[in-house]
Amino acid sequence: MRRVISIAMNTFRETLREKILYNLLFFALLMIGSSLLFARITYGEFERLILDIGLGSINLFGVIIAMFVGIGLVNKEIDKKTIYTILSKPVPRYEFLLGKYLGLCLTLLVNTGIMVVGLLLVLQTMQVSIDSLLFKSLLLIYIELIVVTAVALLFSTFTSATLSAIFTLAVFIIGHLSADLKVMGQKLGATGETLLNMIYYLMPNLERFNLKGHVIHRLDVGFADMMLIVAYGVAYTAVLLLLASIIFQRRDFQ
Amino acid sequence: MMEAVPDIVLRTETLRKTFRVGFWGQQVTALEGLDIEVRRGEVFGFLGPNGAGKTTTLKILMNLIYPNSGKAWILGREVGNVGVKRHVGFLPESPYFYDYLTAEEFLRFYGDLFDVKRAILSERITQLLEMVGMSHARHLQLRKFSKGMLQRVGIAQALINDPHLVVLDEPMSGLDPVGRKEIRDLILRLKESGKTIFFSSHILHDAELLCDRVSILVKGRLVAMGRVSDLVGNASTQSVEMIVEGLTHHGLDRVRPFTERVLCQGERTLLVLKGHGQVDAVLDVVRAAKGSLISMTPHKGSLEDLFMREVGGQVGEQAA
Repeated sequence: MRRVISIAMNTFRETLREKILYNLLFFALLMIGSSLLFARITYGEFERLILDIGLGSINLFGVIIAMFVGIGLVNKEIDKKTIYTILSKPVPRYEFLLGKYLGLCLTLLVNTGIMVVGLLLVLQTMQVSIDSLLFKSLLLIYIELIVVTAVALLFSTFTSATLSAIFTLAVFIIGHLSADLKVMGQKLGATGETLLNMIYYLMPNLERFNLKGHVIHRLDVGFADMMLIVAYGVAYTAVLLLLASIIFQRRDFQ
Repeated sequence: MMEAVPDIVLRTETLRKTFRVGFWGQQVTALEGLDIEVRRGEVFGFLGPNGAGKTTTLKILMNLIYPNSGKAWILGREVGNVGVKRHVGFLPESPYFYDYLTAEEFLRFYGDLFDVKRAILSERITQLLEMVGMSHARHLQLRKFSKGMLQRVGIAQALINDPHLVVLDEPMSGLDPVGRKEIRDLILRLKESGKTIFFSSHILHDAELLCDRVSILVKGRLVAMGRVSDLVGNASTQSVEMIVEGLTHHGLDRVRPFTERVLCQGERTLLVLKGHGQVDAVLDVVRAAKGSLISMTPHKGSLEDLFMREVGGQVGEQAA
């Protein structure tokens, strides 16, 4: 475990040096802050506007950070050959991968934390009541981020950084539209339906992590439902990490 | 817990590795049936021209790539066994490290990967930095290091677990003469402390000074392996270099059949003889011409001669 933690902490330090991280964080905070301005020029309903912009920004920028920083993690180690010194130590390859992944999850946690503080400040300023539903929604946004990061990690174990960025983006978009896939499948013939159903079940259903509508309309989500969604995210991530480990274990580092 | 180190520290058996290159996946053989054996306590030089398959072999030993066939053992265990690496130190070729770390953080990171106890680790870091002459740079970021400094701290990294076997990939390449000497001294000190050192190089002079035994790899095949003195002794044609003065044109014509090369510089003439057997005949001619001998230097065969012959032979076979 100490090896995994060492690699994770080193990865965390490494990601903190990425300039793109700070640029994205700056824009995220700017977006969240700008909702203050929009609220002032909106008649009524400004609560919904602030929550919508705030949660949307945290989600979007979180995903962008996860993708941009995540895809480079493993590839950079291979390109710079730093991986040689690590894997020549008594470190199984899956531990290396897990360390990298946990390091990035920590970076995302800190980033999301900063964005959440920004949102809470805005809500406080506008005297919008803060309830537990908001935090449930934020938790699920973070779960979505760790799923997307695992997707990025999986792709980066066998393709270049550019390709894994494209694939991850594709999975992210499909993951949010997967409900539509099912509906579309029903309108097609039997073969089309089977095919689209397969994609539906294979792709992560990222819409499950989206509670923005619930927050805005104040529709609470029960504990059991929350647990189920979290369990789905964690299980999906575990499968992705397992697949990534299997691919990584077989690969030659030339 | 110290385990007894076996007599054969490293062994490979018919290692074979092919790569697919280019768009059409053309197959290239990097290693063809490699058998080597490294004994306890020796400095073993793994020599060969660029592209001979040295780094490929080292990567197989470190389990970074997998051979197509054949096996390799380190300290009696197969290289796929992660536990083997507890007793091995490795320095990759032209290594890049996390340049935002200081020398101390860098070594601490690798120490953590070995689960070295914190207290022992701090002490070892101090010792290692001193050993590689980098104590002054303990709190300096690696990005500010010169190539020689990086190489030295890289060696410290390979020693953080106090390994039985130290594997170094081209440890001297890209260094200036001072840097190379420092690395050579360091390798000798490691040998004195009882470690086995296996290093790849194409710098023959260094290998000749350092190695107990060497192997020469050309195009993925082993062409020679043994003690430097044996290999060189067997293969040498021991030439003799002679400088004489006052040799006439007529005399020059008479010595020419015994020489490989003749170089005239004013009064003096440099003669390179084919072997010891020609010395008397040439001296007779010089005396008869009333010339005098200024100096005579027998040249023992060097590793370079052997290397050039082996590499040249292989290239010739390919061309034929």
